[in-house]
Amino acid sequence: MTFRISSHGQQYPLRDWVHHFRPDMTNVKKILVPLKRVVDYNVRVRVKPDGSGVALDGVKMSINPFDEIALEEALRIKERGEAEEVIVVSIGGQESQQQLRSGLAMGADRAILVETTTDLEPLAIARTLRALVERENPELVMMGKQAIDDDNNQTGQMLAALWERPQVTFVSELTLNASVATAVREVDAGLEVIEIDLPAVITSDLRLNEPRYVKLPEIMKAKKKTLNVLPLAELGVDTTAQFDVVATEPPAKRPRGIMVDDVTELVQVLSNRELI
Amino acid sequence: MTRVLIVAEHNGVSMNPSTAKCVTCARSFNAEAVDIVVLADDGEQVANEAAKLAGVTTVIRLNHAANNSALAAVLAPQVAQLAADYTHIFGPSTTFGKDLMPRVAALLGVGQLSDVMEAENAFRFKRPIYAGNAIITVQTPENRILVATVRTASYTAAEPTGSAEIESRSVTADIPKHTRFVELRGDTGGARPDLQTATRVVSGGRAVGSKENFELIYELADTIGAGVGASRAAVDSGYVGNDLQVGQTGKIIAPELYIAVGISGAIQHLTGIKDAGTIVAINKDEEAPIFEIADFGLAADLFTAVPELVAALKN
Repeated sequence: MTFRISSHGQQYPLRDWVHHFRPDMTNVKKILVPLKRVVDYNVRVRVKPDGSGVALDGVKMSINPFDEIALEEALRIKERGEAEEVIVVSIGGQESQQQLRSGLAMGADRAILVETTTDLEPLAIARTLRALVERENPELVMMGKQAIDDDNNQTGQMLAALWERPQVTFVSELTLNASVATAVREVDAGLEVIEIDLPAVITSDLRLNEPRYVKLPEIMKAKKKTLNVLPLAELGVDTTAQFDVVATEPPAKRPRGIMVDDVTELVQVLSNRELI
Repeated sequence: MTRVLIVAEHNGVSMNPSTAKCVTCARSFNAEAVDIVVLADDGEQVANEAAKLAGVTTVIRLNHAANNSALAAVLAPQVAQLAADYTHIFGPSTTFGKDLMPRVAALLGVGQLSDVMEAENAFRFKRPIYAGNAIITVQTPENRILVATVRTASYTAAEPTGSAEIESRSVTADIPKHTRFVELRGDTGGARPDLQTATRVVSGGRAVGSKENFELIYELADTIGAGVGASRAAVDSGYVGNDLQVGQTGKIIAPELYIAVGISGAIQHLTGIKDAGTIVAINKDEEAPIFEIADFGLAADLFTAVPELVAALKN
């Protein structure tokens, strides 16, 4: 099942075409939400004894929690009548269809799997998304600020650079007003408010929202929604790896400490170490 | 010949200490040149401060009216404009650097390395993944510029004992107008030491129970001149602002003394404090994971233990 853009992305139904010239009706037509399949938040990951990587066999996999928050926000925007379509996309193997189906069950309209068996670096992911953006023309790309596996925190920023569009990272509040968005960002110094012109890339922080729970009927309904599979090679992007991981090791362990009986003893041990 | 360019983090008036930590990282692999670029509307004061850092070769000033707030879309093309003279471009792994450096890398068509915690040499680095549950060693290509962020908790700040040249250059890059700064809603820390650089930090968790009860944490912190932090749960519950969050997605800190009060110790929190000198945990639940990494644990009700501790310390 190959997805061809000529039949989808370039010819819009008349209804959409009319919308294009009446931007006051909805702020945005399409929101693209990349979802990464990652080891579940609650799994305690361990390094393989031979140092060749982390042990991932049989562990529970989920949508990257930050991406889930981004999807929730996209759905809320659509439910407020400020967007028309929410498209989820994942770049990975067949197994990533599970996360896309979860995204559809949450309420996304359709899904795209860009299929590859290679683990891609953030730049390669950003280039792939850039190619998809070219085909889909979304006004917003909304994704997590980082994936909880490699903790890179790069892809959204890179996509925005390649697209030559604004980025708002670490977003905890988002308001759309025609072709302008106002976003609150969680930065080290507090909360920063910035204003951007659409289209743009938004990356979500933890407190943007609390994603909904999916109910069984939605899961059943999601099975009927469109999930297109697009081989990565068809996008013709350079996904060459630039970095070489030569070793994986467990972190240095802190020696186990001691329990003190009371505050008096605590004060004693701290003053012995000249800490107070 | 390794030449490192460091992008200074500052607030227009003074430099963030994260910049001096990037200098230490660059010096750790004996870079031949370590330059700092100050992007500001008038970077004189910041540039003077940067020039004092030991081991810095040249400070480059890029003044532009658009640089009065640190917007990645505005700054990235200006940093990229300087790239040709360097083998490495570093920024701190703070919200400033995390926002900016990937954009710089993508403009240059190269990957970016996040959270460098150790340099084996100029092209081989260690960094944490999975919230610090694994450390990978990454070999980077020698024939391409390396863009990276530096995990500030892994390095001490370079001393202010140098005297580098300061050089003003003009901005030639196109500055986009699609991104506009509106306002910064400030710091809840008040006059207390900054969380990221404080030598002592007292943090509160969910068990503190309310915004009002957080006064206990402030009182303990003020008694020992500490900065204040919080777990994600405490921030989510609205006890304190997001700028106090410590952990995988908040701040990664390395104080000499860290006192965790009413924090159970989720792995995401622990990753933010692993580099602390001494960790003290006060928690009612003896089984709390925080006790696994604490140097000193006290299983007690925080509402009795903390006032007792404050009283004992005041004596």
